[in-house]
Amino acid sequence: MSGPARLGLILQRLAQAVPALIGIVVVTFLLTHALPGDPAIYFAGPAATPDTIAEIRHNLGLDRSLPVQFLVYVENLARGDFGQSISTGQSVGHELMTRLPASLELTLLALLVSTAIAVPLGILAATRPDSWIDHLCRFVVTAGVSLPTFFTGLALVYVFYYLLGWAPAPLGRLDVMYTPPDTVTGFYTIDALLAGDLETFASALAQLALPAATLALFTLAPLARMTRGSMLQVLGGEFVRTARAAGLRGRTVLFTYAFRNAVLPVITTLGMVFSFALGANVLVEKVFSWPGIGSFAISALVVPDYAAVQGFVLLMALLFVALNLAIDGLYLLIDPRVELNS
Amino acid sequence: MSITFTLKSATFWDGTPVTADDVKWSFDRAVSVGGFPTSQMRAGGLEKPEQFEVVDARTFRVKLLRKSKLTLPDLAMPVPIVINSKLVKQHLIDNDPWGTEYLHRTPAGSGAFKVERWDPGSELIYIRNDAWKGGPLPGVRRVVIREVPSQATRRALIERGDVHLSFDIPSKDAEEMSKNQKVKVVSNSIDNTLYVLCPNLIFEPFKDKSVRQAIAWALPYDQIFAQAAYNRGVKMWGGTATAPSTIAWPQAFPYKYDPDKAKALLAQTAYRDGFEVPLSFDVGTADWGDPAALLIQEALGRIGIKCTIDRIPGANWRTVALVEKKLPLLIDNFGGWLNTPDYYFYWAYLKGSLFNASNYDNPEMADLVGKTLNMDESDPSYAPMIKRMIAIGFEDVPRIPLWQPTLNSAMVPRLQGYSFWFHRQVDARTYKLA
Repeated sequence: MSGPARLGLILQRLAQAVPALIGIVVVTFLLTHALPGDPAIYFAGPAATPDTIAEIRHNLGLDRSLPVQFLVYVENLARGDFGQSISTGQSVGHELMTRLPASLELTLLALLVSTAIAVPLGILAATRPDSWIDHLCRFVVTAGVSLPTFFTGLALVYVFYYLLGWAPAPLGRLDVMYTPPDTVTGFYTIDALLAGDLETFASALAQLALPAATLALFTLAPLARMTRGSMLQVLGGEFVRTARAAGLRGRTVLFTYAFRNAVLPVITTLGMVFSFALGANVLVEKVFSWPGIGSFAISALVVPDYAAVQGFVLLMALLFVALNLAIDGLYLLIDPRVELNS
Repeated sequence: MSITFTLKSATFWDGTPVTADDVKWSFDRAVSVGGFPTSQMRAGGLEKPEQFEVVDARTFRVKLLRKSKLTLPDLAMPVPIVINSKLVKQHLIDNDPWGTEYLHRTPAGSGAFKVERWDPGSELIYIRNDAWKGGPLPGVRRVVIREVPSQATRRALIERGDVHLSFDIPSKDAEEMSKNQKVKVVSNSIDNTLYVLCPNLIFEPFKDKSVRQAIAWALPYDQIFAQAAYNRGVKMWGGTATAPSTIAWPQAFPYKYDPDKAKALLAQTAYRDGFEVPLSFDVGTADWGDPAALLIQEALGRIGIKCTIDRIPGANWRTVALVEKKLPLLIDNFGGWLNTPDYYFYWAYLKGSLFNASNYDNPEMADLVGKTLNMDESDPSYAPMIKRMIAIGFEDVPRIPLWQPTLNSAMVPRLQGYSFWFHRQVDARTYKLA
């Protein structure tokens, strides 16, 4: 596969994302403006008079017609301006950029942990069907799917923080004693290491432990299930039988031939789980007071804070597009069957 | 007619002196910036910049449009705060003459604590202003306020002693934690505030006073108080006299749980066979609203009024309940910041007022409120008029009080000097850690 051809494929994928993004901008704009509730009334506060409400509506530009509001919104977007959040008084772009790293750090660590457990567990379960390890896999999958995250979160807080006192207070990304490290990546653990501050690193990691474990338990299930299922299917394939018959070593058959083919659906699942976990772990964020984008979006919906909701949905859409591109890229690397012409 | 203030020799956080020019600019701003500040200032008769006069650098005068007992308390609202005008004026941008953009992110005051760090939605850190002139220096140097969205987490934190104060907790948690030796629970009733059931007069059956009274007799107050308020609050039922003997407000209404009386009253109306009505409350107040609504639903069912419960999300609540005022039967929780009965009646019993969710309209009430709102409480005609207003409230019951709520907080026992303001926010100036 040549370099320019690969670049062309990526550009083509990027171009395909443009109509989707335009559609998302239009739909989120319409949906947020169809939300019940009136931001002007909310913002006017408890002692508002009809005059003050009208004044605020005018200041927020909400007294103009929808098409005009949409044009203003798109014009601002083109300048990279996501608008002003009326609930926090800060610019939405700033809010999302400070909160996204918190969500990403948590989600990535959780996925790292859950992949490290789920993939070996799935492989072992597939190679030894109906053994104890297969039953363990089944148990973990069932538990992970059926336990809601806020329950797992609260249970972990109860045991490890409240009863045992091993975990730090569930008060967000850092203990009150520490100040956040200088922002480089926005990930407190990495930034603390870059700054050479091991104490802050340890504190950030300790704060991450319980929420990441909660999220890992939740994401473990689809990954382990997918690994087990697709391994079973591949191991039953003729090429594996042929490889075995040719006298190849069991390990070679398992990893070089079987796993490389079985890993593709697992990666697809990983992508889905990632984007889902990033936006949907609101409950985990609430239990651990995590300043992520999920809880920001939920509180914005309640107001309703149009600019914040639109900014959130757009950001998630961009992330989704980027993620799909990355997964396509991974496919190109891993799967020999993906042809450039297809 | 005017009030003259002499300023202390105070300084802003940046070290520059607080002058009468700063005070005038800040007051001008409050009456001109629009929105909530301006309407709150108007409540105290503070309406236009011409009322505020700089006499000299340390002397400031407020000219009164009319004599009103609400003017001085209104100056203590968190609205006419004194802002460092010299600092803000350096950062003004077009279309924003009052520096709202700049002040969103930059604190510019002279108070006991200044903002050290602010992460909207998660953390606010205050550090003591050692040069503060407003009173005794606060006992704590640094105050860290963390937003903890989950009540369960908040409870674990305070029970473990990892935070010093959990402010404004649900009555259920307050009741359960009051048995825990390691935690001190404090409940204070909130001034001029009532949790009420509002029958809306746009709904045909509720136009009939007897139907409203029947509902007031049908409610199981004790049970609601036990199961929704966990017995924390002040009882607002079972008053003995049908006419008020004092001007205390809020005070107990002359109703109690008497289903026979309720049925008898309803039988005299055109709605003796009962009717159906949706009962609404704000989901944001579900910790007490939910149990209260269920008990009301059950009790009204017994006299033939069938309720369906409608839980309305917070975003929508203010619009439908208070602005459009179209909910037929709802649970409301209005409280007046300025603590006088006429102020409560002004917001909750007058046609067109925001919190009159019942669409109540009575010219006599309007007349009484108009006369008493600015009147001095020592005026001999004040008390009779207030008693008359309360008596109308008893008789017409457009708002049926359930109870007067408390503000509950849990704290570690070594936290001394707990206090909060009328607008239900902590005041850390008096806090001490023993």
